[in-house]
Amino acid sequence: MTRIDTRELARRLRGHALRMTHRARASHIGSCLSMADILAVLYGAVLRIDRARPNWPDRDRLVVSKGHAAAIVYAALAETGFLPIRELDAYSADGGRLAGHVTKTAPGVELSTGSLGHGLPVAAGMALAAQRAGAAWRGFCILSDGELDEGSNWEAVQFAQHFRLSNLVAIVDYNKIQSFGSVAEVSDLHPLADKFRAFNWGVHELDGHDHSALQAALSGPPPLAGRPTVVVAHTIKGKGVSFMEGQLAWHYKNPDAAQLEAALAELEVGA
Amino acid sequence: MRTETIDALTAYARANPDVMLLTADLGYSVLERFAEALPAQYANVGVCEQAMAGIAAGLALSGRRVVLYSIANFPTLRCLEQLRNDVCHHDLPVTVIAVGGGLAYGAQGYTHHGVEDLGIMAMLPNMAVACPADPLEAMALLPQLLERRRPAYLRLGRAGEPALHQAGAEIALGRAIWMRRGADIALLATGPILGRALRAADALAARGVSASVASFHTFSPLDAALVREAASSHRAVLTIEEHSVEGGFGSRVAEALLMAGQAPRFGKFGVTDALRGRIGSQSWLLDTLGSVEDHAQALL
Ligand SMILES: [Mg+2]
Repeated sequence: MTRIDTRELARRLRGHALRMTHRARASHIGSCLSMADILAVLYGAVLRIDRARPNWPDRDRLVVSKGHAAAIVYAALAETGFLPIRELDAYSADGGRLAGHVTKTAPGVELSTGSLGHGLPVAAGMALAAQRAGAAWRGFCILSDGELDEGSNWEAVQFAQHFRLSNLVAIVDYNKIQSFGSVAEVSDLHPLADKFRAFNWGVHELDGHDHSALQAALSGPPPLAGRPTVVVAHTIKGKGVSFMEGQLAWHYKNPDAAQLEAALAELEVGA
Repeated sequence: MRTETIDALTAYARANPDVMLLTADLGYSVLERFAEALPAQYANVGVCEQAMAGIAAGLALSGRRVVLYSIANFPTLRCLEQLRNDVCHHDLPVTVIAVGGGLAYGAQGYTHHGVEDLGIMAMLPNMAVACPADPLEAMALLPQLLERRRPAYLRLGRAGEPALHQAGAEIALGRAIWMRRGADIALLATGPILGRALRAADALAARGVSASVASFHTFSPLDAALVREAASSHRAVLTIEEHSVEGGFGSRVAEALLMAGQAPRFGKFGVTDALRGRIGSQSWLLDTLGSVEDHAQALL
């Protein structure tokens, strides 16, 4: 496997997501940018996957439960070779394969998502399948902070620790903003890491834009032996584009031509 | 019929190690035999039906066939969106078994009355819905649902339902069965309430009315050919179900008749709003709906 520069990959993913949401006039660019580094480290340095064999039985599984951040997921799949880069132009297009929420019509997607709180139980089921088969592959799930309001997540958190699913890794994109405002205002999650600790999960708490920290946490052994792992990744919504960072509005708005140009210039990826 | 069904499942799973059984902590005294025989294929996930349906999807996406077990509305309505999105939309081999369908847990109260499940499950994409009348239908249909390797719902009663078929009867998913043939009215029933339909045919015979009775053990896909045959060979058709008459079996039969351009005298016997909030045993609650034979005679 050739060594991938995950920071360069993250920069390219941000560029794709900006162009895709601009072209499709789509929402959720802020949600995409906050998880760009997480996806780049996963696809570039952690996941055991093979684009030539998308159904390889021993591959790692990634479930993206925050299905609204679809643009950057498709960008990651395109950069990994699961679909042509030029197909990203057909994001949200009539008759295309790239729906506005993560959908399995795109090669490499493990689960169609979009309704919050569905991904972690499914990833837990995948991890149970690997555990019962004695297989080495792992189940990963990326969640938003807002979606942790859904009770179904906590059902899965409880289940996964009782069944000792040490091959399950949840990553919370903790960008502190949800649909109507800040997480603190809407439904405060603090202390989030302690919630998982109380459920007998191993916890990594880190800067979700720090590639070295992400790679170490996602590649290493479970911090609590025999138990599932959560990576509480502190992130900034809209990360990488100064005028989008920390702004709720970019959960909904799409960049116009001038904003796209300014954003790409900041990222130095070019239009 | 639940014990016979779990015995059939245990035998099937013993020969098919890809089959897993999950329960949301229900099935005491019923599931132990499976759990003890095949522990690697069994998991009690705790009281969490939404997670259970998602876990089932994850297992199925990883090559397993999964059976979910719980009672009445818990493995259906409680996790409806997980079934819709994670199981049915992905067309996964997950079979939901609910015991206590209809009014089997009558005196336990309204929360335990499963009277909308068939209509709602049948509306989900890729889903086959079976509602067997007796242990023979249940044991015959379960492996057929599993062989289909797609989403399925199997609604069971409780324990002690009498056998209504002879041993060796041919029971094929999607094909309704004539139980007896008459000339005046066709009684089309789904589920254990078939026993009431058969007794009603006896009562009608004593009144000089000749009734046919058919068992629709498969709710979806509906055997529209047998519905058409019933309408063309009888003056009247009465549907009989232990389920809401709004959007249930009778509604599906009526739609099939209209689609075929047939208009026999038609009636639906089933659960109505009059029953909600009433407390009593299954048989008492069904009695409050009136007798099947009186409903039938009113159509003639
Ligand atoms: Mg958020």
